[in-house]
Amino acid sequence: MHSLEFDIAHFLAGGMVVISLLLLYQHRLYALLKVFALHSLTLALAVGWQAYIQEAHHLYVTAGIALIFKAIVIPAALYRIVRRLGIHRTLDVVGGVGRDMLAGAALVALAILVMLPVTAGTDAVAREDLAFALAVVLLGLLLMVNRHNAVSLVIGFMSLENGLVLAAAGARGMPLAVEISVAFSVLIALIVIGIFLFRIRERFDSVDMQAMDAFRGERRR
Amino acid sequence: MNGDLGWMAMTALLAIPAGAALLLAGLPSYRLGAGLNAGAALISLLASMILFGVRPGANVYLRVDDFNTYLIILNNLVSFTTSAFSASYITHELETGRLTPKHLRFYHAMYQALVFAMNLALLANNIGLLWVAIELATLVTVLMVGIYRTREALEAAWKYFILGSLGIALALFGTILVYLAAQPVMGQGLPAMAWDQLLTHAHAFDPALLNLAFIFLLLGYGTKAGLVPLHAWLPDAHAEGPTPISAVLSGLLLNVALYAVLRFKILMNANPSALAPGPLMAGLGLLSLLFAGFMFYRRGDIKRLFAYSSIEHMGIMTFAFGMGGPLANFAGLLHMTMHSLTKSAIFFAVGYISQVKGTQRISTIHGLTATHPLLGWGFVAGVMAIAGMPPFGVFMSEFLVVSSTFAREPWLALPLVIGLLLGFGTLLWRLHGIAFGESQGANMPGPAPVTALPMMTHLILVLAAGFWLPGPLVAWFQSVAALLG
Repeated sequence: MHSLEFDIAHFLAGGMVVISLLLLYQHRLYALLKVFALHSLTLALAVGWQAYIQEAHHLYVTAGIALIFKAIVIPAALYRIVRRLGIHRTLDVVGGVGRDMLAGAALVALAILVMLPVTAGTDAVAREDLAFALAVVLLGLLLMVNRHNAVSLVIGFMSLENGLVLAAAGARGMPLAVEISVAFSVLIALIVIGIFLFRIRERFDSVDMQAMDAFRGERRR
Repeated sequence: MNGDLGWMAMTALLAIPAGAALLLAGLPSYRLGAGLNAGAALISLLASMILFGVRPGANVYLRVDDFNTYLIILNNLVSFTTSAFSASYITHELETGRLTPKHLRFYHAMYQALVFAMNLALLANNIGLLWVAIELATLVTVLMVGIYRTREALEAAWKYFILGSLGIALALFGTILVYLAAQPVMGQGLPAMAWDQLLTHAHAFDPALLNLAFIFLLLGYGTKAGLVPLHAWLPDAHAEGPTPISAVLSGLLLNVALYAVLRFKILMNANPSALAPGPLMAGLGLLSLLFAGFMFYRRGDIKRLFAYSSIEHMGIMTFAFGMGGPLANFAGLLHMTMHSLTKSAIFFAVGYISQVKGTQRISTIHGLTATHPLLGWGFVAGVMAIAGMPPFGVFMSEFLVVSSTFAREPWLALPLVIGLLLGFGTLLWRLHGIAFGESQGANMPGPAPVTALPMMTHLILVLAAGFWLPGPLVAWFQSVAALLG
């Protein structure tokens, strides 16, 4: 019989996997951004809960960073970018939603099948968290592979990073240096992305990656 | 006393590039910037030389041992010569209007930030810090690759950013798994992330967890090292960025990524029940070598051609380290050094060639030895060296790789030799067209002879290594080879 502490950790980490699946079938950019904000909010709660049950106070910082930057600042900034660029139209999904969801379910199963036997020695919370974290990472990858739009690529990448933070929080007593750097990298990434989106827009009149592929260096002139 | 000097040198290796990056970011004059850039790189080089003699003790964050000392010196040597090359290269870029003084301020600051990140990655004892440093290096180089802001440059930078971040993300997951494997044995906190302490306890780690961690780390850092099938960013990033950055990317950053993989390989070796990392690495290396060999033929862009050559050589090194044993490891270490020196020399030459010809297209570049003798013959020497012709040092390291493979796994030697010959043939064929024949198209006056100094320095070092390796250097490589197992 598991304790309530474990059940809540399990619920929050599992919630992130479900929200990752939700990300897969969003047809509109605004909706995608909102679901991503929810993803980050759940991450903040999950990390905060880990901080409480592990009595690891530095994890509250990580949870705070996730809440402020990933759940509020970054989605709001991307929202503004999308509005200013006027690209909130329907997204194209490569191969269709049904196939995506099946692939997503397969990836979740894969993550659990890989992680649970391997981590048999570690404690139950870390085990489940790690399995769910790998599932979130894989779903983030799937989202990145299946979209042509630069904004959805970025969302895919950041949901993947959320999975990494979940894994880091689940590893008991992992030193603070790593978590700060993860948050830091997201910040820098945002700057890079912001600059990129504007520059790409400036050059291509579109943030569709297919338009860009035509300009592969090899084929020029 | 000696320890103090070592500490000072180690601090200087981090503080000088970091300080110079901040200073350069605020410096409006590009001439002063270029001078300061080279000056800072020179001081870092001198500081790295001190580590050869005296060595500070390790702490949970930083550590200097035989393995990283040699890479730190190589790193700072090439970043110094590249900064000297860069000073003359960018003057031309300013004249043609491809870059503005404002871009150059950014460029110089980023150059030093990259040196800082690479030094930090090499000095790191903490596996988390190692990851942070490689992440920083990735972000910095993404910004540098996109600096020309053409469509091609943006496409290359974007692709590099996405694939690089993906590799970095996988590597972080692997790092977390290593910590999880260590934590039940070593307890919580910083020591469980310090590489030297991990090594002493590695035999007791859970092998299954360690295996999974290594797969993630190999794929993650392997992406940064340009191993096939994770190499897609590399040719674009090399071809579209400024040439000094191509030289540093190829000569140094790929090495740093491979260095990270090797650090974890040593950990894997220390655990008897964990999976043997060698065959995985040898397989990836061989695949990279063969793939690059076949991709060579149809390259139309001169920088792209040498980018594929970098994939080929990273493949050879990874293969050698994957084979393991004293001889193959020795060959791998030697090849790492020789490739860094030769490839950056080639990129110096290619930088000037694309400037005098105004194009990077191979089909429009002919007869360089006639129109620009110094540049042309320097290029010929560089390509001969990288193709593995004797008497250059690359020949020696490749010969050692092949002969150690023949002795132990004759069947693996066959694809290895095929890969090497493919690369060799293509390079010589291309070289013939570029260096000889009728000159055509634009012919700008070549750069002043003194600017060939960085290229010549590298080539002379590579040539000298082909004839004679100093005894202490050999002994040093042997001790590192033993460490690599």
